[in-house]
Amino acid sequence: MNRNLALFAGVGLLFVLTGMLQSWNLALSILNLSLISAIMALGVNIQWGYAGLFNTGIMGFTALGGLAVVLVSARPVAEGWAAGGTGILLGLFLGAASIAAAIFAWNRLPKGRMRMLVTLAICVAGFVLYRSVFDPAVVAVEAFNPATAGNIGGLGLTPTLSWPVGGLLAAAAAWVIGKVALGLRSDYLAIATLGIAEIIIAVMKNEDWLARGVKNIIDLPRPWPVPYEVDLQQNIGFTEWATRWGFEATTASSIVVKLMYAGLFVLVLLAVIWLSERALNSPWGRMMRAIRDNEVSAAAMGKDVTKRHLQVFILGSAVVGIAGAMYTSMNGQLTPGEYNPLRFTFLVWVMVIVGGSGNNWGAVLGGLLIGWLWLIVESLGPLVMSGLVAGLAEGPLKSHLIDSAQHMRLLTMGVILLLVLRFSPRGLIPEK
Amino acid sequence: MDILNALVAFLNFVFVPALAYGAQLALGALGVTLIYGILRFSNFAHGDTMAFGTMVTILFTWWFQSMGISFGVLPTALLALPIGIAVTAAFALGTDRAIYRFYRKQKAAPVILVMVSLGVMFVMNGIVRLIIGVDDQNFADGGRFLISAGDFKEMTGLAEGLAIKSTQAVTVVTAFAVMIALFWFLQKTRTGKSMRAFSDNEDLALLSGINPDRVVQVTWIIAAALATIAGVLYGLDKSFKPFVYFQLLLPIFAAAIVGGLGSPIGAIAGGFVIAFSEVMVTYAWKKVVTYLVPESMAPEGLLQLMGTDYKFAVSFAILILVLIFMPTGLFKGKSV
Repeated sequence: MNRNLALFAGVGLLFVLTGMLQSWNLALSILNLSLISAIMALGVNIQWGYAGLFNTGIMGFTALGGLAVVLVSARPVAEGWAAGGTGILLGLFLGAASIAAAIFAWNRLPKGRMRMLVTLAICVAGFVLYRSVFDPAVVAVEAFNPATAGNIGGLGLTPTLSWPVGGLLAAAAAWVIGKVALGLRSDYLAIATLGIAEIIIAVMKNEDWLARGVKNIIDLPRPWPVPYEVDLQQNIGFTEWATRWGFEATTASSIVVKLMYAGLFVLVLLAVIWLSERALNSPWGRMMRAIRDNEVSAAAMGKDVTKRHLQVFILGSAVVGIAGAMYTSMNGQLTPGEYNPLRFTFLVWVMVIVGGSGNNWGAVLGGLLIGWLWLIVESLGPLVMSGLVAGLAEGPLKSHLIDSAQHMRLLTMGVILLLVLRFSPRGLIPEK
Repeated sequence: MDILNALVAFLNFVFVPALAYGAQLALGALGVTLIYGILRFSNFAHGDTMAFGTMVTILFTWWFQSMGISFGVLPTALLALPIGIAVTAAFALGTDRAIYRFYRKQKAAPVILVMVSLGVMFVMNGIVRLIIGVDDQNFADGGRFLISAGDFKEMTGLAEGLAIKSTQAVTVVTAFAVMIALFWFLQKTRTGKSMRAFSDNEDLALLSGINPDRVVQVTWIIAAALATIAGVLYGLDKSFKPFVYFQLLLPIFAAAIVGGLGSPIGAIAGGFVIAFSEVMVTYAWKKVVTYLVPESMAPEGLLQLMGTDYKFAVSFAILILVLIFMPTGLFKGKSV
């Protein structure tokens, strides 16, 4: 236990040192991103640590969480809705209904060529119907003021609500993918989730009516109670308070905002940890670990392995979705182009493995540590690199090396992952 | 009704591009399937192995070009290809010796090996970006077209042109040559036979005196060669960009699974199935259909089932269908 406290204190010290040596602003923004990463790592740990499910689609669930923020809290575009909102909803409903009908027909009809033909006919008819309703509606929505809108907008509800909605959205996607890919061999889940994540990003980049695609949505409202920097700077009470403590008003305002976010994120993190710990130490958690360690004997004891896997897959994805919504909320904008599997999927995996799979505190520690390392290299990497190549003559090689310093972190993460897997496969805080 | 023009348009926009793309995917899927058959895990680093091999080949191509060496009408990259293969094979053998061997001796679970391959993927990705950067690199030279659209129209007098890029021709010829050589190797040589025996039943193969280390080494060399060839052909045909190579992982896995993991002939079939479906689903059929139906019935829309940005969705959908309806794939690979 003391060792674990020392590890957390060490990571805390890293953040404090960053604050003292570089700037508190930087330290806090790294902390906020690391806190979000820690929540994602908890989600992955629920899937991998509890149940041994290998999910490589974290990026997709993160992005779905971000989408929820837009759908819930962005201002509605009334003209867009009027132009094609109902058409889009109807089209999506028809599409979903025809898939459901096809599955229903497949399950109910007797085996044979007839079943194949009927299912295929339902699929084709459904697709034609869906496109004929959906396409004109999309064109109508996207035609309205494409420079600033061209989408249906959100519901304009309170942004805090979008976090749980992000979790729900991710859970729904996890249900679909889990229904298909769970119960097959473990590599297949990895490949299927890798694919679904790419598709989710492709949809978000290309469906402009939804969230403006790569044109991005900016100026998303902040969750309660985080204020805007500008408001703080114009508040006389605040500026006086800041100068009394010897801060500039601008710096103080951005630090206060970041601290507020950090407080919110810590609250969510603690809630998720508390729930996960309770779950892990309950009969349900023991059953999950029993299934992970020996599926055959768990099944022999009458446990429905596939169903439990689906359950834990949905839960973990929902946690990732919540973290994704928090991420977009904090940025105040949704930019589908930034979702990259190396950063949003595989880095989270490095966090879980380094921290200690199967242990919630380990996942959190890994999230904070690797999150810090990943972001600090961004600001320190070029500095270190120019120090390293200072002896080289000026020229294309030197500038190339300095420019490519940012790619060093991929290499570093790979090496860390390989070293941990080899020499300390149970991670920094091993499972009890 | 103008069947000839419709046929030419189909060949030009669907068949030829899909054939070249399919050949590239098939080579990639062969590598994945061989690793799976012998080493028994899905190698997530395969896309980045392709990128690594292509990068080495590009660097040597540039060096050759700067020395004024060229390959006539063929791309210079083909001259640099053997060096790229050698370097990549050496790298693959190095990773096996330093990393994978440890887990093999431990008889670690496949999912651990997959995770290890993620680490290797990160490392290779970092190396490639560090050396050549993240930008697009175009390294095709030599003749541009085997037949250009204009020449074809002149020759045949048809309204539609059929263009065959020389890179497409090089891709298809090279790919088929490589596939034939691989099958000859697997069927006829002693090493190839021992590889197949090892893949079928490891214990039995060990009993009959097959040296497992040698089988594994040969597998890595072949997989690295296939990855490099696939990567270079893809880069010649389109262009080289590290991130795109990483993304190729999905269609390549899809191809290997559709064909049946562990089955070489399945990997080739799977590559073409995936490529043809991707191209056919994302192609706007308006042109072809306009030639085929009477003028009054000419379609107004593009007749495109899905936007080209959703080509991943196609390989994914096929993957899912195969997983549900025939988990062992078309050619009875290993499953569950």
